[in-house]
Amino acid sequence: MGRTAGRTAGRRRRGERPMVPDATFTSYYGRPVIKEPVWKVPDVPAYLFLGGVAGASSALAAGAQLSGYRELAKVAKAGALGAISLSAVALVNDLGRPKRFVNMLRVFKPSSPMSVGSWLLAVYGPVAGAAAVSEVTGKLPAAGLAATLAAGLLGPGIATYTAALICDTAVPAWHQGYREMPYVFAGSAASAAGGLGLLAVRPGDAQPARDLAILGATVELIAKRQLISRLTETDGQSLAEPYETGTTGAILRLAEFLTAGALAGAVLGGRSRAVSALSGASLLVASAMTRWGIFQAGMASARDPKYTIVPQRSSLEGMN
Amino acid sequence: MGFFTDTSICIGCKACEVACKEWNAVPEDGLSLSGMSYDNTVGLSASTWRHVAFIEQPAVRPAAPDGAGVDGPGVDSPGAESVDAMRWLMSSDVCKHCTEAACLDVCPTGALFRTEFGTVVVQDDVCNGCGYCIPACPFGVIARREEDGGAHKCTLCYDRLGSGLEPACAKACPTKSIQFGPLDELRERAQLRVQDLHEAGQDQAQLYLADPGDGIGGGGAFFLLLDQPEVYGLPPDPVVTTRDLPDMWRHVAIAAAGLAVTAVALGLGRRK
Repeated sequence: MGRTAGRTAGRRRRGERPMVPDATFTSYYGRPVIKEPVWKVPDVPAYLFLGGVAGASSALAAGAQLSGYRELAKVAKAGALGAISLSAVALVNDLGRPKRFVNMLRVFKPSSPMSVGSWLLAVYGPVAGAAAVSEVTGKLPAAGLAATLAAGLLGPGIATYTAALICDTAVPAWHQGYREMPYVFAGSAASAAGGLGLLAVRPGDAQPARDLAILGATVELIAKRQLISRLTETDGQSLAEPYETGTTGAILRLAEFLTAGALAGAVLGGRSRAVSALSGASLLVASAMTRWGIFQAGMASARDPKYTIVPQRSSLEGMN
Repeated sequence: MGFFTDTSICIGCKACEVACKEWNAVPEDGLSLSGMSYDNTVGLSASTWRHVAFIEQPAVRPAAPDGAGVDGPGVDSPGAESVDAMRWLMSSDVCKHCTEAACLDVCPTGALFRTEFGTVVVQDDVCNGCGYCIPACPFGVIARREEDGGAHKCTLCYDRLGSGLEPACAKACPTKSIQFGPLDELRERAQLRVQDLHEAGQDQAQLYLADPGDGIGGGGAFFLLLDQPEVYGLPPDPVVTTRDLPDMWRHVAIAAAGLAVTAVALGLGRRK
């Protein structure tokens, strides 16, 4: 009795209560300071991935349609519709009161990325649907073209607003990464959309997808490195730690490896159907793994009070 | 209107927890022992809107100047400078009703709103349980209730204020540790109180969230603490996440524009 309710900032085995108070930081019995999101796995990480694929595919479809890549345009539009439909199911399912999903459109609040996103989805969804249906049935081609262009305009918004959504919280590993996250998400989305094209369309007809995949994967890799680099430099406590340790760290490293490998495959094995398809599939899987990893890293940073307390205390002390 | 919680006079009776639950018909949410001193409530949640924290600390008290122990002669060695002691910190935690409230800013349905008293309240019949408010709160206050899927937190007894009554917890508090009133009055009172404590030798006494210039624009509920905020489980320097949102949108816009231009251009650039 009589010991400060403190916790070491270093490694701690589960269930062990340190008996020695440490000088690094204090917490209230090691309890979290903020509350972690109640968003479910796989629903929300899946949505981050699916929204990215959908949005970037719509943009790719718009370009492909205008320059006559019919097969690619069809695959991209169908892929966008499939992905965004699954997204809607995941999002509604994740609500605490799913029957009230329509309350998302009760107000429009620019201060809420979720409000902006809900409105984006409400317009993008039907428009992407119209584009895909017109493409597949061949009906109303003019309307189909308009829908394709509209979806192409809104799609990138869908692919990137989710970065603002997760960063606009008190979750340390997300919030402090807000400057890089939109580029990670855009790159990951482009990579996945390009990957879909590489997987489903023969190489001769998939050039734009290959280009987008190469560019997207490169942007994603660079932006992710920038993100980790910035988070590592946080005052007093590296916020990159949750991204680099444990299962999450392993999955993110594997995703990076897959992306890099697929990038090489796309660049070098452009003419081979097998290599293209393998690259495409790898990019899709890697994009999904990256979203999952980012999600889990955030959750871990919310659970451990050190990620909230140490940077804030360090910056307070730095000012005195 | 808001709360000034003077934790230096809290006796840890938990009348505030009970009164809050009774008045608001908040469901029971756990009857276990935590091992965290007398704190078996553990933290704020959807079904706990007042939470009393208990911290047992070693404390060193200055000995009497003539070397005799404070507890009487013979307790300390002659010339001892200090006496080993224990001190008990007790604090009733609550929603801070931030002037710049992240939960309110991020709520996509408009369920969370600012009342005419300056407090932050959730409209339960609008909330669809999206859960965005939960990670947005820098203090970990608001939460989603499993039983009904909605987000719940302290209402600062909105229904009582409307009838000219003070909140249930302030009414029940036997020591007036929880004080309710207009914020400017409370802030003046708190400043005087903290000065008194400093003069009495309590150097660690500090106001928390009393400054309108702080990271949340000042709390509608602010505190007098006897140690650093993190000792009580509070963030040392919370900043509302919305402050960075304009910059976030800027980066999103650039990334989205880049993606749009790139994807369309790549499609166009390779004419078949």
